[in-house]
Amino acid sequence: MRRALAILAGIVTLALLWEGYKAVGDPEGTVLFGVRVLPRADDLSMPHLWTVLQRLGRPELAGGDPVWQVVLRACLFTLGITAAGFLAGTLVGLLLAMAMQRFRIVERGLLPYVILSQTVPLVALAPLVAGWGGTLMPAWATVAVIAAYLAFFPVAVGMLRGLQSPSASGAELMRSYAAGWWRTLVKLRFPAALPYLFPALRLAGAAAVVGAVVGEISTGTRGGIGRLIIEYSREATSDPAKVYTAMLGAALLGLVVAGAVSLLEVPLMRHRRHVEVVTL
Amino acid sequence: MSAVVIDNVVKIFNQGRGDEVLALSDVDLTVGDGEFVSLIGPSGCGKSTLLRLIADLIPATTGTVTVAGKPAGQARREQAYGLAFQQAGLFEWRTVRKNVELPLELRGIGRAERRTRAEQMLALVGLADFAGHYPGQLSGGMQQRVAIARALAVQPPLLLMDEPFGALDEMTREHLQSELLSICATTGTSTVFVTHSISEAVFLSDRVVVMSARPGRITASIAVDLPSRDDAGRQSPAFFEKITEVSQALRGVPVP
Repeated sequence: MRRALAILAGIVTLALLWEGYKAVGDPEGTVLFGVRVLPRADDLSMPHLWTVLQRLGRPELAGGDPVWQVVLRACLFTLGITAAGFLAGTLVGLLLAMAMQRFRIVERGLLPYVILSQTVPLVALAPLVAGWGGTLMPAWATVAVIAAYLAFFPVAVGMLRGLQSPSASGAELMRSYAAGWWRTLVKLRFPAALPYLFPALRLAGAAAVVGAVVGEISTGTRGGIGRLIIEYSREATSDPAKVYTAMLGAALLGLVVAGAVSLLEVPLMRHRRHVEVVTL
Repeated sequence: MSAVVIDNVVKIFNQGRGDEVLALSDVDLTVGDGEFVSLIGPSGCGKSTLLRLIADLIPATTGTVTVAGKPAGQARREQAYGLAFQQAGLFEWRTVRKNVELPLELRGIGRAERRTRAEQMLALVGLADFAGHYPGQLSGGMQQRVAIARALAVQPPLLLMDEPFGALDEMTREHLQSELLSICATTGTSTVFVTHSISEAVFLSDRVVVMSARPGRITASIAVDLPSRDDAGRQSPAFFEKITEVSQALRGVPVP
């Protein structure tokens, strides 16, 4: 109940900030020494919230489906891609973390490249992956690859830290029970890593959404919310509220993915301590 | 047959490197069946290293370690000993009972028998009512008792303990010492107990083995025979005599 109220309060605050700035802000934006430090507050740049909500109910094009249906369909399409990318990325991340935990030399050899992988600009990578579409895999799968590429990183790094988190005495105890690497992993390292895994999964979920949206745009895949944002933003001058409906959709997508990860976490994390979120 | 025989063992860490350390030199030690032996000495004397050698957690550089008539490695694989550390080291995601069941699980013992044995062990350490609790809900002393129950779960003939009461307050410590003695007496377990408390070593042990540092070696082996191992025993002149004897041995005064 308190959580629901807190969420509601958050939404109301955001709405007040938006409308408040619109009321007091300069319609031409505030320009200091030739730099626009605050955005334009006119209806073209910042439509009223109720205009955006109304736009959701009206047809996309004359005689077409209402915008909310189109946005929702696009969200579902992108959700599918995000889920595929998230699962693939998580699997790769887990395998990498296990390999790095098992072999010191793999950790030393691989970890710098794992970190390096995230500094490669996605836009540079996308055309290469897009080339696989239609031949190696269907077009949507190339977007999932890009989502996975972003999602595997927090899982690999967080899980490695989690697998390495048991104390030396825990490992010695398992050795005293004549447990090998695999059974030590299953009985000790994996359960011990869960408090590190879940924050990593939440980051991976967010990264997968970003990857899917950006991936759709840069590979030119149709049908998803990323593509919709691009299409609607072209109409921004004539129909400024439309692009915001697509952005609402993207935000909703992020919330759904974050919620799904949290649902996974609740039953597994009772009686457990929580550790701070680790990214590096 | 002796519970533990250590024959001419040398342990060198980082051999052949710049930071080579001679941790143990020419150690001979025999622990008889059902005997309670304490290892005591200044920090860095290698008493924990010696315990880890017996447990086959680290290999000896030269010499042999025999546990229950078998090489230490084989004894470890057969779970011929139970192990307890200063930190209870319970798995926080398992209930108390599941923690005690862990060594049984790894031995492939069936669910029903695991449960019965775990409950027996918990009753032995007086925690039968806490089987369903999680370690985080227990005090330090209770956690340590769970760790002892876990070490005893496979009913090993030998118990290896590395300062198990080191992190506890004096009251809990004395209470657990008495409990440990009665458990060892009931089960007939031989025990090697590392400590740096002289009174603890004297109170618990049939024999106190005194070690010295750099290089780690055994300097004295003092048999202890108290009239009784209870509060009266703690007040007896024999208790104080042995404490004096052990502290003299620790300071390097030759034992008369």
